[in-house]
Amino acid sequence: MNAPVSLKASDYKSDLKPVWCPGCGDYHVLLAVTKALAELQRPAHDIAVISGIGCSSRIPAYLNAYGFHGVHGRALPLGTGLKVARPELTVLVAGGDGDGFSIGGNHFLHACRRNIDITYLVMDNQVYGMTKGQPSPTTAPDWDSALSPGGTGLRPFHPLVIALASGANFVARTFSGDIKGTTQTLVEAIRHPGFSFVEVLSPCVTFRPEQREWKSAVHAAPVTPTDDPARAARRIMTDDGFNTGILFRGTRDPYSLARSDTVADMTAFERPFEL
Amino acid sequence: MTAGGLLLDAAGKAGLYGLQTRSVGPQIRGGEAAALLRLADWPVETHSGAFDLLLALDWSNFSRFAAEIKLDARSVVIADPVSGTVPEIVTAATQNIVELPIKEIADNISGGRVNMVALGLLCGAIGLHEADLIELIAGKLVAKGASAIEAGTACLHEGFQHSTRLDAVTAIGPERRQTGERRWLLTGNEAAGLGALRGGVRFAAAYPITPATEILEWLAPALARAGGTLVQAEDELASVNMIIGASYGGVPALTATSGPGLALMTESIGLATAAEVPIVVIDVMRGGPSTGIPTKSEQSDLNIAVHGLHGDAPHLVVAPVSLADCLFTTQWAVHLAEAMQAPAIVLSDQFLGQARMIVDRPADIAFVAARRRTENPDDDYARYALTPDGISPMSVPGVAGGQYTADGLAHAVSGTPSSAAEDHLAQLAKRRRKIDEFVYGDHWADIEGDGDFVIVTWGSTAAPVREAAEQARAHGLHIKTVAVRLLAPLKVAALAHELDGARRVLVVEQNETGQFHRYLRSLCDLPADTRAVHHPGPLSVTPDEVLGEILKEHSL
Repeated sequence: MNAPVSLKASDYKSDLKPVWCPGCGDYHVLLAVTKALAELQRPAHDIAVISGIGCSSRIPAYLNAYGFHGVHGRALPLGTGLKVARPELTVLVAGGDGDGFSIGGNHFLHACRRNIDITYLVMDNQVYGMTKGQPSPTTAPDWDSALSPGGTGLRPFHPLVIALASGANFVARTFSGDIKGTTQTLVEAIRHPGFSFVEVLSPCVTFRPEQREWKSAVHAAPVTPTDDPARAARRIMTDDGFNTGILFRGTRDPYSLARSDTVADMTAFERPFEL
Repeated sequence: MTAGGLLLDAAGKAGLYGLQTRSVGPQIRGGEAAALLRLADWPVETHSGAFDLLLALDWSNFSRFAAEIKLDARSVVIADPVSGTVPEIVTAATQNIVELPIKEIADNISGGRVNMVALGLLCGAIGLHEADLIELIAGKLVAKGASAIEAGTACLHEGFQHSTRLDAVTAIGPERRQTGERRWLLTGNEAAGLGALRGGVRFAAAYPITPATEILEWLAPALARAGGTLVQAEDELASVNMIIGASYGGVPALTATSGPGLALMTESIGLATAAEVPIVVIDVMRGGPSTGIPTKSEQSDLNIAVHGLHGDAPHLVVAPVSLADCLFTTQWAVHLAEAMQAPAIVLSDQFLGQARMIVDRPADIAFVAARRRTENPDDDYARYALTPDGISPMSVPGVAGGQYTADGLAHAVSGTPSSAAEDHLAQLAKRRRKIDEFVYGDHWADIEGDGDFVIVTWGSTAAPVREAAEQARAHGLHIKTVAVRLLAPLKVAALAHELDGARRVLVVEQNETGQFHRYLRSLCDLPADTRAVHHPGPLSVTPDEVLGEILKEHSL
């Protein structure tokens, strides 16, 4: 072995230029991810970043790591299959609110429930950006758009509560503009065993320019993380949606990725068929 | 159903061949059910013609599957008078109705059961040894205790005693054939599971669906013992993506489903095509469309398997040509998918999957997963490099310097998304090339016989076609059968070679529209005298039906 070389954040960045708009919150998320990986000092080839479809789902190609940009809504099962097949890898799943909570909603529930040791990072901007501004599950009911004139009239989906109720083992909210806080939260999320869910409020300055104000709305959670889901749920359901920090840190055993040590001889499988 | 299974077990022990299928109603448990068996001293692979013997324990709802239980004047029907009137559809077919008080016999035995009495009757009628059967029953009932074995033995004995009244039944056993070969008793779903395992599959994702679930249930403990894993998914969208994820990680992966599940998976099978991730999806076909007939067989998913993906998406579609061939074809599918880094769909069906059959032990084959990998990628490694055969060395997570992003977006050789025409054309062509130019060998079809009368078929209808052709040859006709195993890409030149000089061609399959016939027409120049023979499930294509078509053609 060579002497360990200290890996820098820039070592995790690819040289591909993002398709994102100038001012998009996802640039900060990209930076925070590279910083978090540098802090963990995991070699780039032992990391896989898996995504679906949408603006934020473009992130794998902007990282120097293994990546998979799959179909819309199915990032979590892709990441689940990879992690189960290759437990030694660090698997991050990343995407947006439409990808994760609408088309991929069922997978979100079951990934939380299954509690496999992966980290799910959702860049929530409360809008479908790639298709030019339609309401997502986290959009406020009165947000006007061409597809839903006058608003959807629907109550927004609450990702953190759903994650908690479904069994996620780590639940946090961060703001993309807080690069240091996002970095630290991601480091802890990746380190925490089981399914870690991190919602990053990541403004869409093109279709939701009012989200520029998020930077003055966010505030750090005033309390330390709890391992009590009931307390965490109460805290999350009564906050203003801009409370950032680690809101729940559970102690549930992750999904077992153990393998049998002894591998059966192939002929053992045909014996039951013999007459 | 238990008695039917034991009868097949007993026939197997006695050196016979046979198969057992079932016809059941929609009830989750209980309800009307028929165990259909065919036994012989040669390897039978399909039901044929009228049943020699029908034993009815309960006539209620018989009409629901009467069409699947063909009887004729030679058929013997055993009926218990307390089960009610013999249905008209039965008495119209045969006069040979033997009344036996099966329930009364069972009731006179402490712990007695009608199905054990019935089993004794049937085994006695076909000439099996009572002692062998008692030994078998003792083994099966050992967990239920001595009193159960005693009751079962007494029932069997009474059944054997009463079987003397069934002289009209043709006895075939026991030990008519002394086989030197080792024989297996298994279902096609089990054979497919074994083929997957032998081929190197070490990850499966599972969502339950009739009639494919048994593949997954067989694989769950088997994979654990083989150092692999199975995950139960939340839906088929998840299961197909889980296997794509696992295979992206370098582990050969498979899922099994039926038509509705395949429909859900098609978008992601396209992803596996575009991102060049090998996967195997077994579709155990059932009656369609929509929920259709989950418990009954039909070959009606050919269209979706071959044409269901959006975009130009070359992939592999294979179909086993017999129950035992579920093993070979699944193992081969794993090999092909891995070799070409492409998805392979295996079209099994409910008959192949759920029939239990006594077969000669399938030959061991060498096909295993062998993916072209790179372990030492250089600085300019390009995941989707344009190679002469279209297959690009694949790096997997863990390999230093091989980092790339697999993508369903059109991409350049590096994997970087690209909407440029030249990249799209180059990648489309490479993916087409690797599938079209691969050397598949002789396995594209099983070909038997020779002659200018050719029957082309696929999947489970191959068995009745083979049997009909055998019978036709006994009539002195020269018939060739071509059972196509590799459905996509279709080996057009090889098929043309087999059809060269053919005067008459029949294309036989089990679906309403003749999907295979239309597919062949779209790609091949078939001889002028080519006729499509097909009907939908649940009625199976039978050897005598095919023989009738052959003789009809021949008399023209």
